[in-house]
Amino acid sequence: MSRISGVFEALKGQGRKALIPYITAGDPAPDQTVALMHTLVAAGADIIELGVPFSDPMADGPVIQLACERALVHGTSLRQVLKMVQTFRETDGDTPVVLMGYLNPMIAMGFEAFADAAKSSGVDGILTVDLPPEEADEVAPMFTERGLDAIFLLSPTTTDERIRAISGHSSGYVYYVSFKGVTGAKGIDVDEVALKVEHIHELTALPVAVGFGIRDAETAAEVGRVSDGVIVGSVLVDTIANNQSDPEQLKRALTDLLHPMRQALDGLAS
Amino acid sequence: MKLTDDMLAMLPDTRGHFGDYGGRFVSETLIDSLMTLEREYTRLKSDPEFQATFDKDLADYVGRPSPLYFAERLTKVAGGAQIWLKREDLNHTGAHKINNTIGQALLANFLGKKRIIAETGAGQHGVATATVCARLGLECHIFMGAEDVKRQSLNVFRMKLLGAEVHAVTSGTRTLKDAMNDAMRDWVSNVDDTFYIIGTVAGPHPYPLLVRDFQSVIGRETREQSLRQAGKLPDALVACVGGGSNAIGMFYPFLTDETVEMYGVEAGGLGIETGRHAAPLSAGRPGVLHGNRTYLMEDDNGQISGTHSISAGLDYPGVGPEHSWLKDLGRAQYVSVTDDEAMEGFRQLTRIEGIMPALETAHAVSYAMKLAKTMDKDKIIVINVSGRGDKDIQTVAELEGIEL
Repeated sequence: MSRISGVFEALKGQGRKALIPYITAGDPAPDQTVALMHTLVAAGADIIELGVPFSDPMADGPVIQLACERALVHGTSLRQVLKMVQTFRETDGDTPVVLMGYLNPMIAMGFEAFADAAKSSGVDGILTVDLPPEEADEVAPMFTERGLDAIFLLSPTTTDERIRAISGHSSGYVYYVSFKGVTGAKGIDVDEVALKVEHIHELTALPVAVGFGIRDAETAAEVGRVSDGVIVGSVLVDTIANNQSDPEQLKRALTDLLHPMRQALDGLAS
Repeated sequence: MKLTDDMLAMLPDTRGHFGDYGGRFVSETLIDSLMTLEREYTRLKSDPEFQATFDKDLADYVGRPSPLYFAERLTKVAGGAQIWLKREDLNHTGAHKINNTIGQALLANFLGKKRIIAETGAGQHGVATATVCARLGLECHIFMGAEDVKRQSLNVFRMKLLGAEVHAVTSGTRTLKDAMNDAMRDWVSNVDDTFYIIGTVAGPHPYPLLVRDFQSVIGRETREQSLRQAGKLPDALVACVGGGSNAIGMFYPFLTDETVEMYGVEAGGLGIETGRHAAPLSAGRPGVLHGNRTYLMEDDNGQISGTHSISAGLDYPGVGPEHSWLKDLGRAQYVSVTDDEAMEGFRQLTRIEGIMPALETAHAVSYAMKLAKTMDKDKIIVINVSGRGDKDIQTVAELEGIEL
């Protein structure tokens, strides 16, 4: 069983939901990323989604786009992101790390070289925003062979036929995009999400984590009630943007944001 | 390899691939809309009513067919092959772009979408989109890099007069690629009621197919006109390539004619060796951007590079996937000319023939003049004059140090 599946299994046994924060690697600076990952774990993260910066993040809103720009000012490359994960693994062997990004940096590195390096660095899953399963037949088997989970997106516009097909290509969990839009936008409708996630659960046995539009503990709890996990991104990245100059203050701010979400999610178990 | 009609009919394949290129690399939210668009277009393509409407609009509204004109004086100056001009600059709105916007707006109407978005570089596609929206009463939003808004202010004003809302994009390099990013972001957020009219033969499947089909009227007319007026097919076709829509429109109907050579002219900017250009086919490598796999300008880490060209319409780090396929196949040659050479082409066509080309087109003019010298006098070169130069007079004036 992969580290990701293990986490979801264990949480399920406890009646708890996964809290999955996202930050962009290299933001605000490459030498802070590993420390921030540990901060996220200490504040209650079950899995970390670590963004690989890309010059043209067209599925992201301005918040994550700016995070990419901040990271790229420092030249944060895919190889460097893998090194960050390796360093993180030296002191944390338990928390799964999912790399989230766009396809082109992987192509530039070479799929085989990337898959090897991801495995040996201690990466657990790969989520490539602009890679639907139809285009993944070359690279997805390389992930599977190495025990890396391939995580794909489902959206409000995904048909039943595709939900089945995409789930068939996925392992670890599926990422349900809560609304039609980019990251950081407002627009989540919890009742709609509940209906759709219930429906997805009928079509796949994989855990369903929900992202986009979750900005506070209350929404996290509402979404957690109907899913297996919540992904929190832009609000954290916004916090990073607002506390760039003071690393200690930044850690406190991230903790203050994430910890109540953890408590709210765990409140659902009791 | 000789291309046959049967081979071409198989391309792109069902996944939108031209060999190794093309495809549909987008986030999941857009897949359903792209599949619907593909399905509806496949149906409408063979629908006589749709085709008749398209043809009628091209004739009565755009003013087609555009002339094929023998540039006698330019031929003499070049001193070699005959140079003929396919006058897409004479179309309504002054460029080839409207062929495609007419087609896609018709599709939008058939699909019942009332809100239109588009990206634009030089502003020609933005103007062509705003024009068809005005005509059909559709809401129109144009995304344009802030840098381009500045250097193409005339076209910005035209779009506004036509009722479009122009969104200046300030992210990234503030040019065409960033405009396309923001258009994609808008589309994903408003996918239910919005039709995205992509202006070039790039983007996710089926866009490279749609745009190529709508632009192929250029090559079909040229074929017929050349046979009628010159008594034979052209020996060489020359067109500028940014995303590559005017070039593919010219090339496509000739792909199986082995004797017809094809030259796509990219923006060499300050020179390929300086790295400051916009010539992915000449100096890039394959990658994925904006929904398709194609040649790109990027750094070693796969980050998309900033581009430079005197011409906003060519200032793009990618290129249509069908061109990437044609390059690898060797069916078309891709070359580049610098900013300075393009300016010389602009001056020559203006002064020698009284035709002021767009700076994009000027790249093709410059290369064709060089090519003509190497060919016999009985050979025929056709330049696709993709657009007129009125929009560029500010840029030209600045370069020449003239105050308007």
